[in-house]
Amino acid sequence: MDDINDIQNVETVGEGKQYIVVHLGNEQYGIDIKYIDNIVRMSKITRIPMSQRYFKGVINLRGEIIPVMSLRLKFDLEPDEYTNATRIIIIKLESQSAIGIIVDEVKEVVTLDEGSIEKTNSSDANDIRTQYLSGVGKHVDGLITLLNIVSVINDKEKEII
Amino acid sequence: MDVSQYLEIFIDETKEHLQNLSDQLMVLEQEPENMDVINEIFRAAHSLKGMAGTMGFKRMQRLTHDMENVFQEIRSENMKVESELIDVLFRALDALEAYLNEIMETANEGTEENEEIVNTLNAIAAKATGKEAPEQPAKKEEAAGTEASAASSDFQEEAKYYSISVSDFEKTTFEKAQNDNQNIFGITVYLQESCILKAARAFLVFKALEELGEVIKAVPSVQDIEDEKFEFDFSLLYLTKESLETIKNAIETVSEVKQAIVGNYNMSDASAESTAAASKTEAKAEEPEAKQPSANTPAPAAAQQAVKKPEAKPAQKSAQKNAAQKTAKPTVGRTVRVDIEKLDVLMNLVSELIIAKNGIVSISSADEESRSDSALNEQIEYLESVTTNLHESVMKVRMVPIESVVNRFPRMIRDLTKKLGKKMELHMSGEETELDRTVIDEIGDPLQHLLRNSADHGLESNEERIALGKDEIGHIYLDAYQDGNNVNIEVRDDGAGINVEKVRNKAIEKGTITPEQAEAMSDKEIIDLLFKPSFSTAEKITDVSGRGVGLDVVKTKIEGLGGNIECKTEMGEGSSFIIRLPLTLAIIQALMVELGSEKYAIPLGNIQTIEDIPFSEVKHVQTKEVINLRDTVIPLVRLDKILDVEPGEFKPESLTVVIVKKGDKQAGLVVDNLIGQQEIVIKSIGDYINCSKLIGGATILGDGEIALILEVNTLV
Repeated sequence: MDDINDIQNVETVGEGKQYIVVHLGNEQYGIDIKYIDNIVRMSKITRIPMSQRYFKGVINLRGEIIPVMSLRLKFDLEPDEYTNATRIIIIKLESQSAIGIIVDEVKEVVTLDEGSIEKTNSSDANDIRTQYLSGVGKHVDGLITLLNIVSVINDKEKEII
Repeated sequence: MDVSQYLEIFIDETKEHLQNLSDQLMVLEQEPENMDVINEIFRAAHSLKGMAGTMGFKRMQRLTHDMENVFQEIRSENMKVESELIDVLFRALDALEAYLNEIMETANEGTEENEEIVNTLNAIAAKATGKEAPEQPAKKEEAAGTEASAASSDFQEEAKYYSISVSDFEKTTFEKAQNDNQNIFGITVYLQESCILKAARAFLVFKALEELGEVIKAVPSVQDIEDEKFEFDFSLLYLTKESLETIKNAIETVSEVKQAIVGNYNMSDASAESTAAASKTEAKAEEPEAKQPSANTPAPAAAQQAVKKPEAKPAQKSAQKNAAQKTAKPTVGRTVRVDIEKLDVLMNLVSELIIAKNGIVSISSADEESRSDSALNEQIEYLESVTTNLHESVMKVRMVPIESVVNRFPRMIRDLTKKLGKKMELHMSGEETELDRTVIDEIGDPLQHLLRNSADHGLESNEERIALGKDEIGHIYLDAYQDGNNVNIEVRDDGAGINVEKVRNKAIEKGTITPEQAEAMSDKEIIDLLFKPSFSTAEKITDVSGRGVGLDVVKTKIEGLGGNIECKTEMGEGSSFIIRLPLTLAIIQALMVELGSEKYAIPLGNIQTIEDIPFSEVKHVQTKEVINLRDTVIPLVRLDKILDVEPGEFKPESLTVVIVKKGDKQAGLVVDNLIGQQEIVIKSIGDYINCSKLIGGATILGDGEIALILEVNTLV
């Protein structure tokens, strides 16, 4: 009996994954909601000298010091311009400390089922940006690029400082 | 009896005794005739045996008992100390340590019998006395047998309490008690002949009795009983409101009590109408009872084992169950032994803290007019001084001398001497240097690794040493000392040193660096390659110093503790590894400085002085800026350049220079502005950001802003 119930549960969860849709320039990106710890407004970022270019610095989030990276810089887009809509999304991966990513705007939460997600072809791994993607989601508002947030964060980019 | 509450003390003390034994054995190996040492070992073994016995760890007790026997023979000069004996004793120590580790994890000594060591020890002892080695298991059975037969022997004679003489004073006590409806019992307790810790058992009997009533008189006297000056029985006069059976049961729950005879004591006719008949039937009934504890006590673990075995077999494979068992058992917490004086200081500070709080409360509740800022400031200053002292004291409580880690190394080097066939000596200094407990717990393995490295790879073989005209015996030094806010630990050897060329070639061969890179790298940079993963210069792998998974692990571990490691080497002269560890963690005193619009903290422990230097005094040596300060040339570090700070608009007329030091090196850090001294809490900035180790962490200031902490060690 229990087993059957479990399976049903899995199915209901599996029907659709929830993503937070964020704007970065003209594109919209989706971040799996299960990794998201918090979304905060822009606060004062303390610069860390000599760090990787895409790290803007650290913020004080209720007594915790959290490093913040700019997705724009990471994806080689134009540098951020902070507006009222700019948000820092705090990501917490299992057994790792929290990290914040700066996005232009947080739009909405969408639920995408398996059918509306198209896996990207990972053969093109040479392109920096494709390895950060897990797929493309089709939604009423258009296409959402789904981020593979784990690889975005854990990518030890060999950047000469 | 529940002894689990003593477990922690037992473990602590056992560790001390084992360490002591190991130290003394090392001495004994050098001076086999030294009677003081032999006596000391005997005493330590004896105490260990006693402690293990009290805690019911029979295997440990047996092993120490046999060690003690051997030393008894040595003490009475029936035999001499030989190297073979020392080896066995060291093995016995290892076995004891294994028991201890098992106890620490599971609160149980495990089932390892170490039969071989016991037999060897017995054989040695037997050779000395010319007797046959006693068969241990047989002895046990025999003991059980004799005791069973003894139990059935004549009881009349055994109720020895009749012979206790009573003084007038005691008589009045009895009379009073009788009027008070208390029973007066005479009690004679017989312990098993196999009982080793008679005094402890007697003590437990007393303890059990005192919970239920009052012991009036004991024969032999309580003092004699405590000193173990009695055979296997003792008698008591006892006042209680409980019934005879209750008392009897209470006594017999104490293990290794063979028999307890309890009867009404009639003081008017001390020698008369005991309940002889009653006691006889009782005693008979008690026989099977008496057997039970006796079967239990000599080998509780064995019994347990027998019970466990059927279920244990399938369980052995499932690690899960094992883990569950482990969590269920009362595992031992980590403890720090604290000097009572340190605790008193803490207590005082806490009361001062309360006074300070009250001061602030009274100010805030004062009338609007009478409230003055100066009074508040005064209180805040007071509070500050109290919290600073409190922090210091708490840190002190956490500090443990490094001795507790390093004192196992002489033994290790001794073993390595035998294993590697190289003669070597370990010289240690600064064992009293104190470090934070968390650091102490972690530092053991890296140090051990470095020492093994020195012994195995560092030192040449004896023949080579002679050929080189060096002292045949290799020397390894382990020095610990405090240096400002750091503790340095140096592992040094007078061996061959590191062959930089060999490392360079190996690195190229392994593809770690390209030949072009190798050309450009300095010797120091090459040596730093040793700390890279999978790098070992030894031609052959030995089980002494691992398989090349080595220095990188050491480095990671030490950096995890907030320290760093450095290697210096001189071909033919030897090499040394210097570990620098922070003295305290978490909270430090720091100088806050300003660079442009950014704030940085410099740990006060690194700062020597702060100087105001006119531009004209800045000199250039090899295109580097230096200043000449009181006859020392100190290089200047332009922090704003290194940290890439946007320059402020304000142009000073002179330079504000913070002179910092690392070891014997100094540097002047140029800052824009000084803010002041502050106590800061160090927070990590995580490992995502790669900031080339210039930043040691960050701290949150009073206004919520973040200031970065400069890692002076990498700047100098």
